[in-house]
Amino acid sequence: MLLSSTRRDWLGNVRGDSLAGIVVALALIPEAIAFSIIAGVDPKVGLYASFCIAVLTSILGGRPGMISAATGAMALLMVTLVKDHGLQYLLAATMLTGVLQIIAGYMKLGELMRFVSRSVVTGFVNALAILIFLAQLPELTDVSWHTYAVTAAGLGIIYLFPLINKTLPSPLLAILALTAASTYLGLDIRTVGDLGALPDTLPIFLWPDVPLTLETLKIVFPYSAGLAVVGLLESLMTATIVDDLTDTPSDKSRECKAQGIANIGAGLLGGMAGCAMIGQSVINIKSGGRGRLSTLVAGTVLLLMVVFFEEQVSMIPMGVLVSVMIMVSIGTFNWASIRDLKKYPLSSNLVMLTTVTVVVWTHNLAYGVLAGVLLAALFFANRVGHFMYVASKYDETQDKRSYQVVGQVFFASAEKMLGAFDFKEAVSTVVIDLNRAHFWDITAVSALDKAVIKFRREGAEIEVRGLNEASETIIDRFGVHDKPEEIDKVLGEH
Amino acid sequence: MSNETENTVITEVLACIDGSRYSSAVCDYAAWFSLSMSAPLALLHNLEHSENAASSDLSGTIGLDSRENLLEELTLIEAQRNKLLIEQGKLMLDAAKARVIAAGIAAPTLKQRHDGLTESLIAMENDIRLLVLGVRGEEHAQDEHHLGSHLEASIRALHRPILVVNCDFKEPKKIMLAYDGSEASGKALELLVNSQRFTHLPVHLVTVGESPSTTSALQDAATSKLQNAGHTVTAVTLEGEPSKTLRSYQDEHDIDLTLMGAFSHTRLREWVLGSMTVKMLLSSSRPLLLLR
Repeated sequence: MLLSSTRRDWLGNVRGDSLAGIVVALALIPEAIAFSIIAGVDPKVGLYASFCIAVLTSILGGRPGMISAATGAMALLMVTLVKDHGLQYLLAATMLTGVLQIIAGYMKLGELMRFVSRSVVTGFVNALAILIFLAQLPELTDVSWHTYAVTAAGLGIIYLFPLINKTLPSPLLAILALTAASTYLGLDIRTVGDLGALPDTLPIFLWPDVPLTLETLKIVFPYSAGLAVVGLLESLMTATIVDDLTDTPSDKSRECKAQGIANIGAGLLGGMAGCAMIGQSVINIKSGGRGRLSTLVAGTVLLLMVVFFEEQVSMIPMGVLVSVMIMVSIGTFNWASIRDLKKYPLSSNLVMLTTVTVVVWTHNLAYGVLAGVLLAALFFANRVGHFMYVASKYDETQDKRSYQVVGQVFFASAEKMLGAFDFKEAVSTVVIDLNRAHFWDITAVSALDKAVIKFRREGAEIEVRGLNEASETIIDRFGVHDKPEEIDKVLGEH
Repeated sequence: MSNETENTVITEVLACIDGSRYSSAVCDYAAWFSLSMSAPLALLHNLEHSENAASSDLSGTIGLDSRENLLEELTLIEAQRNKLLIEQGKLMLDAAKARVIAAGIAAPTLKQRHDGLTESLIAMENDIRLLVLGVRGEEHAQDEHHLGSHLEASIRALHRPILVVNCDFKEPKKIMLAYDGSEASGKALELLVNSQRFTHLPVHLVTVGESPSTTSALQDAATSKLQNAGHTVTAVTLEGEPSKTLRSYQDEHDIDLTLMGAFSHTRLREWVLGSMTVKMLLSSSRPLLLLR
């Protein structure tokens, strides 16, 4: 099933896919180099990873047309591992990440994405853009004005050239022009070659040189778990974005497994862990890429370019790479979300901003998403808790107080229900009518128990009506109630 | 067609129409089967979404709101494209409707769906009693050596009888049943045995095999089944490469319709030896009714 693909997937759009693949490859090179630098490894680690991940996901992935490679989100998680333990442990962590992602794929954990609300996704994307931008700042501090000039010129070419001509990738043009200019002028600025080794051969298979002990696992596992989660989150979000842009469906579980296999492959080829890339996937679609071929071309062209033009690539000034990365971060950021701040409810905005803040604070997208999802869940529980009221009626002839509970009773509203009962009122009979109430959890039931005991202590006769129907909603497995008429029975006016 | 399905849901003969040259023959055959099986007829036009990308901005840049703008742009282009396609499809369906009404169908239903043909058919599988489609669609109209891009995938995915039309309509007078004892060809036999409406058509029961002892036993059983159901049977055992042999028998005896099981071997064997079904689909000059 992982290998199944139709002829259309590969050959449905050969011209568009090939051109888009080349455009993407050219944009991937600076990114892969930049993300290697973030992670603190040689550029070749990111470049080999990008090659391997792009090629494997093109064949195995569940979302044709999506671009996966070495990414910033993943690179940021590896920094301390590389610093403390070195490259070999990173390769081992990369492989373990892959294993965890495959397991997640088989457990269909991708379905958990439905708990990730839109505000959290927006926050994730914005945080990612901010992190990519922040990662460029070290290249722009304590440097000569030459670097600023190169970066500004790079941005100028990238954004202005498409106004004249849309058939040439402007980031490539910026890189070519500014590399040539800086070499010609002999500017004393940092180049890619100053940062470490570039690939000079095709990648070779190598088992990571780490002891296979429990100690290694203890070091590597926390990193792998974070990498696996972040990788899957970004990949599934990107897949949804590509789904929307192309109006075609994708297989999310298959994508999880493919990401896993791609990461294992990357680890074996001396590459770092990666995942799907939002910015690059948008560039691919924009350039006319739709099928699997586009991703395959991107990966292959990337490696060939780097291996054959190693010398030229090493002369690229860092300033140009910074301008390309700034473009990626601007393109990734969801600018509409700033305009929407005024339009959207405060709770949604808070969820989005919390996600962004936690990510920028911790440099870990997984924590941000966790915080965002929790906050969104709390807001939701709070809001649904408002959908409950208790009506009360006093019948003088029988000295009887009737309470009618209407709406959703659960942990967030149980206290409110208790508060609505007047325990100090001396009546002979109390009726609690639950016919229009829904009890969602044990908190609701125990609140009712408490009320019954209190009323009894005060000396009232108590009668509870409709409890069985009201508590039918306390079920952990939804399977029993998956038919519309069953749901109507439980939620209707019983 | 079997009594079992007749008693449960109302299922229909579904004819797939596109702009290809087989469309009118597909209508005619579907109408004929619909009348002889007294099953309602539905005409389907499927809107293929082109994989070819609409936009071609190779600038490789993304900036403010590029995702939103791209979505907007793609939506606009595809909306225009699809509106045109729907319009075109409506015209084809209307023409097809007129044709089947002329052939005697009272009220054919018209359907239009998005998505790939195979996916559409899988979604509609439960309503299909017989699927009628052309051997090649618009895209491959000129290509004599290949099957339509959806045909094999659809045959493999569906578990309903499929009539593959590859020539102009000619009312079936003689039927050949290619019988090798496999489960799928057994279903083809069942179909003939269970359908009372085809009893006036003579059946040629053809087995291509190497060992006469097993084939004759197979044939005897099948012949008696068919005869009990009221068919006139000519049983023949032939030797040779199955698809070629069946093809020449078809020509010699002027067979109008061939029933056979489809894709009953494992994928591996098909990969090594080539699929007999695909060979028949490519070589046959008369329609094939395939059963899984």
